[in-house]
Amino acid sequence: MMFSFCADPKSLEGLQWLSCYLTTGTHMSFYGSFLTVLVLLAVTAPVALAFGFGGAVAGRSHVAPLRWIGKTYMAMVRGIPDIVFFLFFIVALDQGLEYLFHFVRCEDLSQPVRQAGEFRACPAAKIPPGSAPPAIHQIYNFALAVFTFAIVFGAFAANVLSGAMQAVPRAQLETAESFGMTPRQINRRILIPQMWVYALPGLSNLWMVLIKATPLLFILGIEDVVYWAQQLGAMKTQTFSYPHPDWRLWYFLGLLVFYLLLTKVSEVVLDRIMTRLRRGLPMAENGATA
Amino acid sequence: MSCFETIQAYGLRSLGIGERLLPREGYDLCQQFTLIGSGLIWNVYFAAIALALGFALATLLAVGKRARSAWIRKPCDWFVFIFRGSPLFIQFFVAYQLLVLLPRDGVTLPLGLFDLHVGTDWVTRAWAGAALVLFFNTAAYTAEIFLGALRSIPRGDLEAAEAYGITGWQRFRRIQWPTMLRLAWPAYTNEAIFLFHATTLVFFSGFPAFQQRGDALYYASYFAGRTFNPFVPYPIVAFYFICLTLVLTWTFGRIGRRLNRHLPTNETRRRRPRILPQIIR
Repeated sequence: MMFSFCADPKSLEGLQWLSCYLTTGTHMSFYGSFLTVLVLLAVTAPVALAFGFGGAVAGRSHVAPLRWIGKTYMAMVRGIPDIVFFLFFIVALDQGLEYLFHFVRCEDLSQPVRQAGEFRACPAAKIPPGSAPPAIHQIYNFALAVFTFAIVFGAFAANVLSGAMQAVPRAQLETAESFGMTPRQINRRILIPQMWVYALPGLSNLWMVLIKATPLLFILGIEDVVYWAQQLGAMKTQTFSYPHPDWRLWYFLGLLVFYLLLTKVSEVVLDRIMTRLRRGLPMAENGATA
Repeated sequence: MSCFETIQAYGLRSLGIGERLLPREGYDLCQQFTLIGSGLIWNVYFAAIALALGFALATLLAVGKRARSAWIRKPCDWFVFIFRGSPLFIQFFVAYQLLVLLPRDGVTLPLGLFDLHVGTDWVTRAWAGAALVLFFNTAAYTAEIFLGALRSIPRGDLEAAEAYGITGWQRFRRIQWPTMLRLAWPAYTNEAIFLFHATTLVFFSGFPAFQQRGDALYYASYFAGRTFNPFVPYPIVAFYFICLTLVLTWTFGRIGRRLNRHLPTNETRRRRPRILPQIIR
């Protein structure tokens, strides 16, 4: 309870009622879930970028198997809806980990793990252990979700970065060669520093897509903004302290406005960064895109 | 049950034809391929209807965004901003809640001589409501693509048209619109692919699957939930989608080549759609 006058909500009216209603414990969880979205964005973006960088570099590798892995990773998001990956990875990762732990930790290995339409790892292999507090379970699920997002968006980022690497003018690399740099030196000193300008339009587009993908956390079973909007907006009968009709529309409209603000602010900031980075570059006038 | 019988029972299950209950045992490959393939009908339906209607609205929006009058320009700007700036997932929820607000027993419109009674319960069903959201969504994204293309029409083309006395509607119909399509086609191909992929969101958002008539991913997640095995149903969905994406790319490639048929061939050969990540909105 935020305010002392909220002790008996049924006797309240108007603004007082609203101020009490909007500061209940469940509403605080709702506001907290906006933080979850921002945390997801803050963690996923760098991890996905790292994955993408790895994928793009692997795709250009001279070692054939490594190149195949990189190319496959980049190609996988092209033909398949990413929500399929979300639903797949969240279960596959969990089962994969438990499968590994099953062989490390369990004594009785006579039974196969997957039998008769069930997945049976022994109790010692459960992640997190069954006795763990619910908070640990939530954190574990969230970590799985972040990892899933990072894999999928890493594949998108790999596409963008590999395009950017190809966009660096050939003359720049040839000049570096004529100065006697080794391939490794050319990569580190010329190619990678120069590619970012070409990658930025694609990466900022990707950032927007990532923002708009965050409500999919709901499908992955995380108590995110969509979950709370549904819970809080649903009709509350007289048995609740704050009875109200079905207000889900208003909660979802709130979410809509939140996302519109988030994308608008991102757009403005990214535009600024872009003009700044392009300063003094010959491509500034013709507005090249990666 | 043989595989042929399974196909008879579940081949059109997503439309409500065939077996009433979803399979509760077996879950063999044939069952999974059949039922998931049956769900695919919905994905194709949503994509086709949204693309067809969205194309027309996108052209109007793109022209509207270039209008001199603020009364036309501003609404178009806002429409595009709202549908491009917010997640499709949230748009589904908002739309569903809005459509539910319509009076359940229909609206009666007095038309003077007689009253027109319009039922409203069908708009909350996925086939109408979700298709409407997808239609608006793709119209907004496509409008932005078309607008970019309209802006990059060579000035010389328009001046040449004016020199020939082609102005107004004629100029738009004969010069601007075809050139816009030609320039926008690679980007529009991407938009079509990602709209097709976005149709998998429908039954995971606010719209309920009436009598368990869902799309491909709905049935895939049903099987994954039943068998605790994600390694079979999701790759099946992936397989179907890769095939259909190839068909879509091929179809759009054919249209694109037709649009470019008057240009030197070596230029058309290179004009292949680039995949930009715009999969979820």
